[in-house]
Amino acid sequence: MIPDLGKYADTVLSAYAISILLLVALVVLSLRRGRKVREEMERTEARLTSRR
Amino acid sequence: MSISQKMNALWEYANPRKFLATTERALPFFWTTAAIATVAGLVWGFFFTPDDYRQGSTVKIIYLHVPAAMLAINCWLMMLVTSLVWLVRRHHVSALAARAAAPIGATMTVIALITGAIWGQPMWGTWWAWDPRLTSFLILFLFYLGYIALWEAIENPDTAADLTAVLCIVGSVFAVLSRYAVNFWNQGLHQGASLSLDKEEHVADVFYYPLVLTIAGFVLLFIALVLYRTGTEIRARRTKALLARERVGA
Repeated sequence: MIPDLGKYADTVLSAYAISILLLVALVVLSLRRGRKVREEMERTEARLTSRR
Repeated sequence: MSISQKMNALWEYANPRKFLATTERALPFFWTTAAIATVAGLVWGFFFTPDDYRQGSTVKIIYLHVPAAMLAINCWLMMLVTSLVWLVRRHHVSALAARAAAPIGATMTVIALITGAIWGQPMWGTWWAWDPRLTSFLILFLFYLGYIALWEAIENPDTAADLTAVLCIVGSVFAVLSRYAVNFWNQGLHQGASLSLDKEEHVADVFYYPLVLTIAGFVLLFIALVLYRTGTEIRARRTKALLARERVGA
């Protein structure tokens, strides 16, 4: 399935592996922090509302 | 609708609630199209394009290197615009959008630098050269790091937004240099632009179409990430304000 990359196989595959890893890490970390911050905000809002 | 009416409609999105409500609706579209276009472009480029007669299979790195480099520069220019909006109009959402974009731009700069080094080694015989474009990209990356560090270092968000906006204006020189360095100084190893409005100048069609698709995917991914991360920054700021109010009231 992988095309014949000849003598540059390591070069091309390492460029793809590192780039995809960085892109996936960026998306995953953004989503994880987004979820955490949203939960924290909702918890704080609920606590302050219940005190009134 | 007149231009002033359109501008007024645009400023409505400076309202955090309006911004969050609109982006909640728009985000599924941007995530989906970004995933489809990026995966389709990369699969097309990697599996279904031929080797270049000079560069061999290393030409396939173009589908990562060019979109990442384009976004590294344009992300900083987007941060410049939103920073100027903050300085002039004092809209918090624009300052937070700049803050949200910085790690994305830094990641794109790292991808451009790493793929460039990996590509350069077999083509130029070296991982790195103090070539005008490479050097200005490295300085742009350092500016990204400085910008992120400055936001983290200053407690008061308005002061942080002011100072990072000034840093952003200064760093814009290097964002522009990164784009035009090869045109200013005709002495580096890096070749000219891979894409141009002049069809004679850009890469062959067989590489061009998957490259355009991948660029579209990266741009959509950038939009999705900026909208999502700006929403996160707005919520973080609101939580901080609520906690401060709670402390004062206690």
